[in-house]
Amino acid sequence: MGIVDRSEPMKATASQGRPIVRMRGVRKAFGPRVILEGLDLDVGAGEKVALIGPSGSGKTTILRLLIGLTEPDAGTIEIDGQYLWHSSRGGTLERADEAHARQVRRCVGMVFQQFNLFPHMTALQNVHEPMEQVLRLKRPEAKERARALLARVGLGEHVDKRPSQLSGGQQQRVAIARSLGLQPKLMLFDEVTSALDPELVGEVLGVLRELAHETDMTMLIVTHEIRFAADIADRVLVFDAGRVVEDGSPEIVLKDPSHPRTRQFLRAILER
Amino acid sequence: MAGESTFVYLPYLMGGVVTTLQITALAMLLALPVSFLLALGRMSSFAPARWGAGFVIELFRGTSAVVQLFWAFYVLPFFGVELSPLAAGVLVLGLNEGSYFSEVVRASLKSIVAGQREAAVALHLPRFYTFRRIVLPQALPIMVPPFGNAAVLMLKFTALTSLVTIQELSFRAGLLRSNLGVSSDIYGVVLAIYFALAVGMASLVWLAERAVNRWAGREVIPWRELTSRRASPAPKWAFRR
Ligand SMILES: Nc1ncnc2c1ncn2[C@@H]1O[C@H](COP(=O)(O)OP(=O)(O)O)[C@@H](O)[C@H]1O
Ligand SMILES: [Mg+2]
Repeated sequence: MGIVDRSEPMKATASQGRPIVRMRGVRKAFGPRVILEGLDLDVGAGEKVALIGPSGSGKTTILRLLIGLTEPDAGTIEIDGQYLWHSSRGGTLERADEAHARQVRRCVGMVFQQFNLFPHMTALQNVHEPMEQVLRLKRPEAKERARALLARVGLGEHVDKRPSQLSGGQQQRVAIARSLGLQPKLMLFDEVTSALDPELVGEVLGVLRELAHETDMTMLIVTHEIRFAADIADRVLVFDAGRVVEDGSPEIVLKDPSHPRTRQFLRAILER
Repeated sequence: MAGESTFVYLPYLMGGVVTTLQITALAMLLALPVSFLLALGRMSSFAPARWGAGFVIELFRGTSAVVQLFWAFYVLPFFGVELSPLAAGVLVLGLNEGSYFSEVVRASLKSIVAGQREAAVALHLPRFYTFRRIVLPQALPIMVPPFGNAAVLMLKFTALTSLVTIQELSFRAGLLRSNLGVSSDIYGVVLAIYFALAVGMASLVWLAERAVNRWAGREVIPWRELTSRRASPAPKWAFRR
């Protein structure tokens, strides 16, 4: 860290519409290593935002903060108008309990780089059991919806297979269906194609593309697939050393970045 | 002839076998929930639960089981707790094994990769469901082989309970030897009996392993495929994952 000049960080807060994500002054450190410091970030409801940046810059950490896997050291996070870790009593913020955070983050879904499917369950069970647990659906209805979701991601014929019987691309599509089953308002995608063989990347990006075009779900997508980002995102954020260094439409950020370091970074990943 | 007397006293020895098996089964049955409670205690986010579980584990692992047996049977009555020999033996052996085995349980539960718990959190799954349906089915198959190991050890460990007047197999063999002078071949027979019991136990463990794997949703080679000669020569321990 520290290659980039620390003057005037870009404020990633100017977004249209009602924000579904509002991060203010967020700090996160692991031991002595400060990963995020004074991070402000807004994402408007329905926006498709691509988050790009070098490895180790804290992109995963942001997603983990948003779904409550990690707690910030300082600052506030609002999800759909509610504080994630705080409750506001008479104008002052108080530390809220675990139950509060659970309830606030309910509308957030996340798809992981390594899929994290439950290996002892079939594709169908992976999808319908969370629906039963979280949406309190009856089993037949949950199964029916799960089948429909799996069909939608092109896995209608594989519902009874275990993750180990599926390719990486198929597993990742099950993982996407599993998250979609809970009807999130905000979906977080963490480099969902990075663990895949090159020939399997397309099928997963295809699913994301379809979601981006056909739903009004907010999507925050961490990716190294720049062309894909340019294609589907309303907005691209370039992240470096814990700060947002570029924020704007794909045309502007990807074709005419304001920081030399961004240009260098973009060139590096475009050449891969 | 000595050989003759061995067979004469075989029914007497068999009575000891029944007692040995009974104590083994009861002690292992007690050890199982105890080990889970202690493991969960040690993994708790509530500090007193961690200390309490840690204390119990070190108490039983750190002191001699012989002394514990004496305590349970001869000292506890002074505090108004009268235990039958069987209860004292099962309690001490069960708590001992529970303390040791709790570390296996804890390690197995911890071996579930972080990504599985993180997926459960990211899917907003309730804690108990996560434990029962995601962690346990992946951890339990790991625990079965060491549990079988512990059960076979327990079989031999039960000889200790003769200290609290329980007439298990070794005790009866010793009695025969000292009272009647039937000696070397008695111990040969006792050795064979222990061996047969251990083999029987190992087979049970193998069946349990298959049952647990099947319950946990792992693929298990069908019985028919294992027994038919034509099928692939898959060794019986080859569980497909
Ligand atoms: N649990 C953790 N403990 C210690 N360091 C961590 C932890 N999680 C992430 N980090 C560190 O934080 C930095 C940012 O990580 P991450 O958010 O995963 O970056 P990115 O996703 O942009 O590659 C990395 O240097 C990583 O090593
Ligand atoms: Mg990452």
